[in-house]
Amino acid sequence: MTLETFLQNIANGISLGSLYALIAIGYTMVYGIIRLINFAHADLLMVASYAAFYGILVFALPWWVSFLLAIVITTILGISIEKIAYRPLRDAPRISALISAIGVSFLLENLGIVLLGARPKPFPRPEEVVWNIHLGGISFLSLAIIIPVITLVLLIAVNLIVNKTNVGIAMRAVSRDFETASLMAVDVNKVVVTTFAVGSGLAAVGGIMWSLQYPQIDPLMGVFPGLKCFIAAVMGGIGSVPGAMIGGFILGMGEVMLVGLMPELSGYRDAFAFVVLILILLFKPGGILGEHVVEKV
Amino acid sequence: MDSRKGIKTALTIVTLLLAAAVIYFGDSHLSRFQIRILNLAAIFVILGLSLNLVVGFTGMFSLGHSGFMCVGAYTAAILTMSPESKELIYYMEPIVPVLKNIEWPVIPATVMGGVVAAIFGVLVGFPALRLRDDYLAIATLGFAEIIRIIVTNTISITNGALGLKNIPSEKSLWFYWGICILTILILKALINSSWGYAFKAIRDNEIAAEAMGVSVFKHKLLSFTIGAFFAGIAGAMMSFLITSIDPTMFRFLFTFQILLIVVLGGMGSLTGSVIAGVVVTIAMEWLRIVERPMHLFGMDVPGIPGMRMVIFALLLLIIILFYRQGLMGTREFNWDWVLDKLGVAKSKERGVS
Repeated sequence: MTLETFLQNIANGISLGSLYALIAIGYTMVYGIIRLINFAHADLLMVASYAAFYGILVFALPWWVSFLLAIVITTILGISIEKIAYRPLRDAPRISALISAIGVSFLLENLGIVLLGARPKPFPRPEEVVWNIHLGGISFLSLAIIIPVITLVLLIAVNLIVNKTNVGIAMRAVSRDFETASLMAVDVNKVVVTTFAVGSGLAAVGGIMWSLQYPQIDPLMGVFPGLKCFIAAVMGGIGSVPGAMIGGFILGMGEVMLVGLMPELSGYRDAFAFVVLILILLFKPGGILGEHVVEKV
Repeated sequence: MDSRKGIKTALTIVTLLLAAAVIYFGDSHLSRFQIRILNLAAIFVILGLSLNLVVGFTGMFSLGHSGFMCVGAYTAAILTMSPESKELIYYMEPIVPVLKNIEWPVIPATVMGGVVAAIFGVLVGFPALRLRDDYLAIATLGFAEIIRIIVTNTISITNGALGLKNIPSEKSLWFYWGICILTILILKALINSSWGYAFKAIRDNEIAAEAMGVSVFKHKLLSFTIGAFFAGIAGAMMSFLITSIDPTMFRFLFTFQILLIVVLGGMGSLTGSVIAGVVVTIAMEWLRIVERPMHLFGMDVPGIPGMRMVIFALLLLIIILFYRQGLMGTREFNWDWVLDKLGVAKSKERGVS
């Protein structure tokens, strides 16, 4: 591998890793609060991408207006999913809530196929956001810089929310102990809704940037990124925001490097994340930054 | 003890004979299309039963069923295909010589499909079953994906993404429903055995079960492996029914359909899975009409591809949100209930005076 391709791979790894990190935060926050894999999180990426797509191409809105609208729509959808499909099952066995989450995910995917068509659509790349940068011997898209910067800004924002604001304190309290928090006059429902709103908003940003980076969108586009980002969240320690970020970067970088260093294994690229997941779960179930919780009777 | 034991055994035998008669007449009188749907129903019943054993009876939320099906389907297909068609199909890369000249009959190949899937079940279960709930779900899902990716990439064994064609076809109802009924009987015996009680104890409270001396990990692995075995059998049957398979068939979507059967029938009820398996399969065919262009109220409605899955996803959500018990809850069909309804009284137990 020459130095140029190596640097190219680093650039790709950083942007993929930031995307994973961004989406993983949504998973980790929701899981931290209600202990549920929000399978529908993956499909929120798809919804955001299509909303932006239709905003730009059908309603001819400026790109930033349609991006903002897409984020708003996705956030509303995320909150509605919680209200309709998860809240009634909060006291039910966990298997029921999981099945409900899978059901929502399948509903969104198949509604997508029915309403939007299964055929992939080309996602528009506004010139103001995506251009080519030549630097020395390597050339890369502006996204390789924009995506990590946006990710970093949002990460700092989320960290501030979680650690410094009242809502954040309530979130941490709820994630520690649902019932005690509600006894301490924390409005649990409000906290859960806020969590879903933040998570869905991040998923929307992640989805839009994903589509800018890989400009082919289809109703099932969220499935694989979704699974991998959940894996990234587990890797970093579920419930921990910095952990999700570290996990996302390791996964993204690892995937790009695997293909870059060993091209003959590129067919196994999608398996890489799962192998990592299984190893993590077996040897360090708490993740890199997570705490190991022993179950009490 | 039970004065009606004789009657119940007789009733079971009569029912089995009746089923045999129905299969016999069905084989000669039904159309090929109807037979095909019924055979598909038998496969889905087996899949529903085996996933129910794992999810409903043992309380392990596994999403890896499509992976085990994939293993069973490929094993059976490779074992039964003739050497000539193997030579024809594996044009990207020739098949490994060991497998080239094997040509087994259908039934041993089906059993072998189950056995290989069970081996995979042990291999997957051994690490994965230390996990619980959502972690187990995502890990088994991951394993199923890994299996699918391996199958796609080991071209000299599985022919990769191109899939396999010209798999010997098996059309008779005997084969599919025979195996299906055998599966029902075996699983019924299993859940009423001490193993079955251990499974249910683990489902209801793992820690309490362990405290009572149930070896939790052993029984979990056992249940998981048996589930994988029957999933493999169903996969093998699938490859004989549709005669061509490829890795994309065994996506997560497949597990979703099986999960729907389990939830609809009731988690923890074999009877429920049998009913739901048949109902869902027939509904799946029947709902094809909503995907075709229609003429409704003087308007031409274009066909909506994918509508069936929307309906199924909604159905799953409605069941899980409002009727969490499904059709049967954890109840089972049994002769006592029938006899009570018919008014056949139990003879009075003779007490010691």
